[in-house]
Amino acid sequence: MNIVILSGSVAGSKTRTAMEYVKASFNNNHPEHDTELLNLADLDIQFSDGRNFLDYSGDTGYLTKTLMEADAIVIGTPIFQASIPGALKNVFDLLPQDGFRDKTVSMLATAGSSKHFLIPENQLKPIIGYMKAQMLQSYVFIEERYFANGEITDDDVIFRIDRLAEDTLVLAETYRKIREEKEASYGF
Amino acid sequence: MDQYRIDKDYGLEFGLYTLGDHLHNPHTGERIPAGQRIKEIIEIARLAEQAGVDLFTVGESHQEYFTTQAHSVVLGAIAQATEKIKIASSSTIISTLDPVRVYEDFATIDLISDGRAEIIAGRASRVGNFELLGYELHDYEALYEEKFDLLRLINENEIINWEGQFRKPLRNARVLPRPKNDSMPIWRAVGGPPASAEKAGRAGVPMFLATLGGPVSSYKYTIDVYREAAARSGHDPESLPVATAGFFYPAETTQQAQREVYPHINDGMIRTNGRGYPKQHFAQGADPRDVMNVGSPQEIIEKILYQHEVFGHQRYIGQMDFGGVPFDRLKRNIDIIGSEILPAIRKHTKK
Repeated sequence: MNIVILSGSVAGSKTRTAMEYVKASFNNNHPEHDTELLNLADLDIQFSDGRNFLDYSGDTGYLTKTLMEADAIVIGTPIFQASIPGALKNVFDLLPQDGFRDKTVSMLATAGSSKHFLIPENQLKPIIGYMKAQMLQSYVFIEERYFANGEITDDDVIFRIDRLAEDTLVLAETYRKIREEKEASYGF
Repeated sequence: MDQYRIDKDYGLEFGLYTLGDHLHNPHTGERIPAGQRIKEIIEIARLAEQAGVDLFTVGESHQEYFTTQAHSVVLGAIAQATEKIKIASSSTIISTLDPVRVYEDFATIDLISDGRAEIIAGRASRVGNFELLGYELHDYEALYEEKFDLLRLINENEIINWEGQFRKPLRNARVLPRPKNDSMPIWRAVGGPPASAEKAGRAGVPMFLATLGGPVSSYKYTIDVYREAAARSGHDPESLPVATAGFFYPAETTQQAQREVYPHINDGMIRTNGRGYPKQHFAQGADPRDVMNVGSPQEIIEKILYQHEVFGHQRYIGQMDFGGVPFDRLKRNIDIIGSEILPAIRKHTKK
């Protein structure tokens, strides 16, 4: 399985830190799968102008092609102005409208306040659903106080990240089996 | 419809189109050389004419995995190799070409073919042509509208006075040669959503509608939008032809057709568009209410007649060579078209 872990912000460090833990969780507990961490802060991404995702060049083309080749994507987002960052929304805009078809997508959010807990539920899930992902319903929400010096300080958060990685794989593998069985039944 | 060379009593015209894709055969993993692909396209046009097919068209795509970028040159060769079949582009990406030069090319093809050439002008779904031919992608829409209008102006006037944004003005310019009958049919290529159909209707130009898959009723909506826009703008919808284009593939049974062609379409789309054709959607395509004409000859006949009844269109063109379908199969399919499909369509749609 080809798993892409996306850190969806060009500002700050918490989401990036969390996504490094996500990657480590896959690598340590499920080493048979390939993982790649894409950090928007390390890439020079242009705004979407509506072209086919294959027609972008440079970092933008690398980002779109890598995401489109993924079997599963874990999206990490901070909360800015009570929403996802524009940089992350732009990633969705760069992809086809049904770009997550036959992909499994799960989510992790970092935020300065627990009052933001429902932002992924209300703002991120509708986009991912619209793009036709198989979506992991539960997500990991991490408050700022559980980070220090580029590390996560709370074991409960780490346990939740491990469960997120495992659940992402369970959903992806289950859905793949169901789909393969269904497609075999078409007889062509 | 006379000016578009459409005879209403003739019934539904049946054509074949190719995008000139140059793809691997997914069953063997092999790809024929570009020269062979182009020659086979010309040969298919010739065989189609012998089978009684009304129209053969060739498209241009400036991307990897395509081979008829110079589609007007290929159409010139087809004009020479054939005698009565209509020939057209599918489509000419007018946005990134000079309409004067396009008109010169197609008027020449019209003369070579003794009045059989038509232009179908579109805007491209992939956009490699913009960089390659030196245009800005952010002018995508403005380029198309300006150049399409200029192309029509040239078709309607031998002497042109014109000014626009994307090329130098034309002052008392004569665009020569003229086509055999002084003008040629020029169609607007329209994708799925109705916005473009609305523009075609407002301008009162014939519409070529791409219908890859999905319910006939959805495309009927787009055709209604086109005709209503035409009527609102003072054009008579009865005088404006509509054509549809989509996947076409006959075999002995539905399942046989699906089994043969699905890997070609799916793999070809992954390479040229980045995503395959979802198998579930393709399976649904066999439904008589779906616009995709893949199945047994009898099923295809019934589907085309149903589409004709719903759309009231004048022309259908099918794409059966996408994704490295081997030449033998294409020849077999042309035999099926000539012996089974065409006679039935003619019989049931002729007035």
